[in-house]
Amino acid sequence: MRFGRREILKELTCSLRGRAIGLLGPNGAGKSTLINTLLGFYKPSSGSARVLGSDIRTETRRIRSLVGYMPENDAFISKMSAVSFVQMMAELCGVPASAALERAHEALFQVGLAEARYRELGTYSLGMKQLAKLAQAIAHGPRLLILDEPTNGLDPSARQRMIRMIRDIRDSKQLQIVLCSHLLRDVEDTCEEVLILNQGRVAHYSNLQEERKANKRFLELETYGANGDFTEAIEKLGCECAVTANRLKMILAAGVEIRDIYKIAAEREVRIRRLNFRRDTLEDIFLKAMGN
Amino acid sequence: MAVYRRVYTSYVGPLTPAWSRSLVLFRYSRRKLFRSKLQTGLFVLCFFYPLACLLIIYATHNLAFLERLGGAGSLIKIDSKFFLTFVTVQGTLAFVLTAFTGPGLISPDLANGALPLYLCRPFSRAEYLIGKASVLAIVLSQITWIPGLVLFVVQASLEGPGWAWNHLWIVGSIVLSSLIWIAVLSLLAMALSAWVKWRIVAGALLLAVLFFGAGFAQAINAVLRTQSGDYINIVYLMGVVWTSLFRVENEAAISSAEAWIALLMYCAICLALLVRKVKAYEVVK
Repeated sequence: MRFGRREILKELTCSLRGRAIGLLGPNGAGKSTLINTLLGFYKPSSGSARVLGSDIRTETRRIRSLVGYMPENDAFISKMSAVSFVQMMAELCGVPASAALERAHEALFQVGLAEARYRELGTYSLGMKQLAKLAQAIAHGPRLLILDEPTNGLDPSARQRMIRMIRDIRDSKQLQIVLCSHLLRDVEDTCEEVLILNQGRVAHYSNLQEERKANKRFLELETYGANGDFTEAIEKLGCECAVTANRLKMILAAGVEIRDIYKIAAEREVRIRRLNFRRDTLEDIFLKAMGN
Repeated sequence: MAVYRRVYTSYVGPLTPAWSRSLVLFRYSRRKLFRSKLQTGLFVLCFFYPLACLLIIYATHNLAFLERLGGAGSLIKIDSKFFLTFVTVQGTLAFVLTAFTGPGLISPDLANGALPLYLCRPFSRAEYLIGKASVLAIVLSQITWIPGLVLFVVQASLEGPGWAWNHLWIVGSIVLSSLIWIAVLSLLAMALSAWVKWRIVAGALLLAVLFFGAGFAQAINAVLRTQSGDYINIVYLMGVVWTSLFRVENEAAISSAEAWIALLMYCAICLALLVRKVKAYEVVK
């Protein structure tokens, strides 16, 4: 993807199949450009892409009929009530007027704007406008929901509400979500897979759930009364251990369960004060991908 | 599904045909237009002159009324000049109506960044423009060529089939003269509102283009001692086209073909400006 001489997206090869995919990257990484290209707003200079099996060059209309899009920037019609706005947007997707009105009410209830749905959008606060944008994106029942920075400009409680809503939509299992954000927390809270972009290239792609599962083998113990005997017994099970003061870090061997650790501790009268799965956070993954 | 069920459900019902999506935009824009009392009032005002014309046509066929008028009755003649005057008056009113309604069609969408919301749907830029332009086209048609045709039919029914047959070309003149004016006004109003993004300023700019354009054209003609300034005077160009369509003599320095070409060029420029501006996102190269 090129804008004039600037190459925005390059050598981008990936296949995203998860139910909730996070599109991460620093500002200017090409996240929004990728979304806009997939939606057919920008014509790619080379290469090809498919969304839900449809080619972005030749089947833009079909793609758009299957997608719900929540743009990053302010986008509304000021002199229109929220219910009319959402109804019109659903009608533009082909939903008949009466069904569109019903779905507009449902969508506004779902995002928590039921009480304010007859108010003009111009009078809404920033958080309410974000919710209205989400409502218009889901009103026509898309198969893919693209959210571009959905928590932009929201205060912590509004952000929590938005994240909860996205999770509810995800858990309905009726559509897939692509969430584009530079906020790691948002992606971590809502997504199962993550695609990290950096300078227009794929820097990392991983399944967060798999990573979390893999990291479950990594344990950190805080003990009282442990000695070399305790560590040796654990090492005999095949685990790798590292001791620092009264903390013991270990990688569990295959077939070893946490209850085995508890058993050894009980036999040697060692008290386990804290047991943590030391996970790679998304921040770790992100920093690794950025090469930092 | 009842509104109290707050879980996401996909839509599995029937869909409307793709060609009808522009009508959605037309319906909502029209509803918005007539929510304003001022614009509704203006729209109603536009029917006063056609009503007066209707009375005049009726009166010219009422012998008792003509006798009461005496000699003055013979002054009223229903011919191409009568319909040219009708189109001119209604055209002026159409311009005033456009100045109030036209800029409000696109500029709020651009100012509030709503275009990505329209264009991320199975809805093209062309359909968006057609949907918005159709509001003006239909509203302006209701006050220009439609009442013009009604007047023609009334006159023909009162005068007899012979008159209708001899003056059938006036039907084409009424429709064509109105349509070119509607096209120029709609495209100009939409292009200006797309570029200015501010409704009031766009309305003022529309007035400026037509009135100051005429003044500027006069100035060019006077300073350069040519008639080339007339090409930037849209009102003048339209006058030339109208008089030629109604077969009324004029002393214009430019021919009707030149006026047609100039007007079509203005339409093409406005369309190009619109196509350039009506995009989901601006690309900064």
